[in-house]
Amino acid sequence: MLSRSANNLFWLTRYMERAEYVARLIETAIRLTSMSKSVQAGMNEWHSILEASGCEESYYEKHEKVSARAVIDHLLRDRSNPSSVLSCFETARHNGRTERTSLSNDIWEAVNQTWHEARQLTDKDFTSDGVRGVLDWTKNRSLLFRGAVSSTMLRNEAYWFARLGLFLERADNTARILDVKYHTLLPSPDEVGGGLDYVQWTAILRSVSAARAYHRIYHRELKPWLIAELLILRPEMPRSLMACMNEMIYLLDLLGRELGHEGECSRLAGQLHSKLRYGRIDDIIQQGLHEFLTDFIDDSVVLGNEISQQYLT
Amino acid sequence: MGGEVACRPHYRQILEWLNETPTDLLEAKRREAEILFRRIGITFAVYGEGGDPERLIPFDIIPRVISAAEWAFLSKGLEQRVRALNAFTWDVYHEQEIIKAGHIPPELVLHNESFCAEMQNLNVPGRIYNHISGIDLVRVGENDFYVLEDNCRVPSGVSYMLEDREVMMRLFPDLFSMHDIAPIAQYPEILLETLHSIAPRPSVADPTVVLLTPGAFNSAYYEHCFLADEMGIELVEGPDLFVDHNVVYMRTTRGAKRVDVIYRRIDDAFIDPLTFRADSVLGVPGLMGAYRSGNVAIANAVGAGIADDKSIYIYVPEMVRFYLGEEPILKNVPTFNCDDADDRAYVLEHVDELVVKEARGSGGYGMLVGPKATKDQCEEFKKRIVKTPGEYIAQPTLALSTVPTFVDSGVAPRHVDLRPFILQGADGIKIAPGGLTRVALREGSLVVNSSQGGGTKDTWVLVSR
Repeated sequence: MLSRSANNLFWLTRYMERAEYVARLIETAIRLTSMSKSVQAGMNEWHSILEASGCEESYYEKHEKVSARAVIDHLLRDRSNPSSVLSCFETARHNGRTERTSLSNDIWEAVNQTWHEARQLTDKDFTSDGVRGVLDWTKNRSLLFRGAVSSTMLRNEAYWFARLGLFLERADNTARILDVKYHTLLPSPDEVGGGLDYVQWTAILRSVSAARAYHRIYHRELKPWLIAELLILRPEMPRSLMACMNEMIYLLDLLGRELGHEGECSRLAGQLHSKLRYGRIDDIIQQGLHEFLTDFIDDSVVLGNEISQQYLT
Repeated sequence: MGGEVACRPHYRQILEWLNETPTDLLEAKRREAEILFRRIGITFAVYGEGGDPERLIPFDIIPRVISAAEWAFLSKGLEQRVRALNAFTWDVYHEQEIIKAGHIPPELVLHNESFCAEMQNLNVPGRIYNHISGIDLVRVGENDFYVLEDNCRVPSGVSYMLEDREVMMRLFPDLFSMHDIAPIAQYPEILLETLHSIAPRPSVADPTVVLLTPGAFNSAYYEHCFLADEMGIELVEGPDLFVDHNVVYMRTTRGAKRVDVIYRRIDDAFIDPLTFRADSVLGVPGLMGAYRSGNVAIANAVGAGIADDKSIYIYVPEMVRFYLGEEPILKNVPTFNCDDADDRAYVLEHVDELVVKEARGSGGYGMLVGPKATKDQCEEFKKRIVKTPGEYIAQPTLALSTVPTFVDSGVAPRHVDLRPFILQGADGIKIAPGGLTRVALREGSLVVNSSQGGGTKDTWVLVSR
């Protein structure tokens, strides 16, 4: 297939995934600020989701101060922010339209309908009452899209590139949300066991739909290092770095065999994969969780570039 | 309506069907058609005007019917015209016999902005220039057709021809079983055969054909996707291709792949920034070099537009006589060239009887239909003609035939034109029976362009039994 087509599919799924992630981040922040007593702590939440979404820079270009309203607007519907939910949907739809012929009708309709519905949203939908509806809608559209992809796409290179984009984006997102919150996962003498900790840990788990999964797997109270283990190393947790890397090395292996050439991207993915596969959470925390996560984020950017160089340009 | 308007015999069954079918059912079917078009995504893009950027072209549910005998006549005329246009194009880029013989003024060809100097003495595969032609016609009476315009560059609209048929078959299967209608669904396959026939490397059994599009923002993008998909070829944009040592390749996930034939849907000026417009990001640098080296075929050929230029149009009947030694079967509309003093004087005096068009305009913009225009509009156009006469031509209004059309007030006669698509490969000329019928939905209107309130109809060519 054309490299450009592969690239469009790769980014189509990335943007749909990113839209969902940004919606989940906003949800987390709303939840945290509505529970926390201190206003100052509340403001920090809005700042930290800007960081976690990578939209800090574009936000401060337009705004001096952080306010809930402005952050939500920037992340949800600001078209000048390429990572806002509505921008993601628009870009995804543009990519989808370009690749219309390699998509099933179900996938196209999921993407196209999302765009049409997004165009119908009015200011009323973005008030503090309306915004939860938009967040739920975002998650539903993204789920519907993924469902259409996995149940109607032919299992050929088009599908593999689409999946590759999905897992690269997801791994990156999970690493980012963990990194922004890494300090709450590290034991600090005066806060351990406090109410605030508990709220924040729960929020992290919820942001990646893992609150119930934690209890099913560990059968015990929330422990920060176990949360880190769940989201980094556990293969059964669908948004963990391990699970995403498992999918990616499988896909890169398939693509390498099918297309007759493997390159730096396969080697790099293998290296990242073994770090996780044979890593232990104690070692990771001892060596520095923050360092580990920023290394991972940097490596995943390089991996994305290598994939692009190998197949997509 | 049968009482007021004479009904041609091949419309008899349609008339009976219309009389038997209640109007509200027709209305329901019309709405269903619209939903089908929306779902399939057959839209044309209008950017920069506000409103919905993707619009539907109105579809009329009453088919336009052409009898077998009339089609036989018409297709003979189309084949003749397309051959003459092609012979002309080859000639003006080689010996220029028609100019030497004094049948056409040299400056009209050589100083024409559609004349492409880079094409001189280049031998294109099979000597074919207009592989795909769309000839716009109107019918004024029995076996009496006038050509409005030849389209030898990148004629569009064939996807509407094919999708109109698909939608009609879904809406009215019974109507199809009552008639014997020539099929058109094979068009993409014949198009692919035509493109294969001009592949420059005869040793390659399965040449690589691609469709080159300007991209998703082009108004005909739907058609580009549709045709690429139907033919099973890659839909490429300029940056997907590159030229190395005068050979064209496309960038694929498996690495570079050699391209043999390019069905291009971008204009000459944008095709190669090294040869033509340097600011073009749509084209492929070096493509003309590969083309001149004979390593790639391009359809339609670069420079093919010289044959369909509005100022050359007047000479097409002459081309038929000169190259083929035949009398033209299809007529030209008498055309006044406002650059000519006598013609201009006539046009200025009779502007209220004429249709005045911009010599290079398209899409029905910038046009005056004299008999329908107000006095002020006529005066306005007269001023424009005096100011820049070279930009205008004028033609008499023809007594166009009408066909029954379903409009708000019920079934009523409306004016139509027809664009058949003629394919010309190394293996000969093939014409899909039918074409795109455009209908002027406004009462009395002669303008069928979709940008001016025109719609489309399914076009039936009956098979003789």
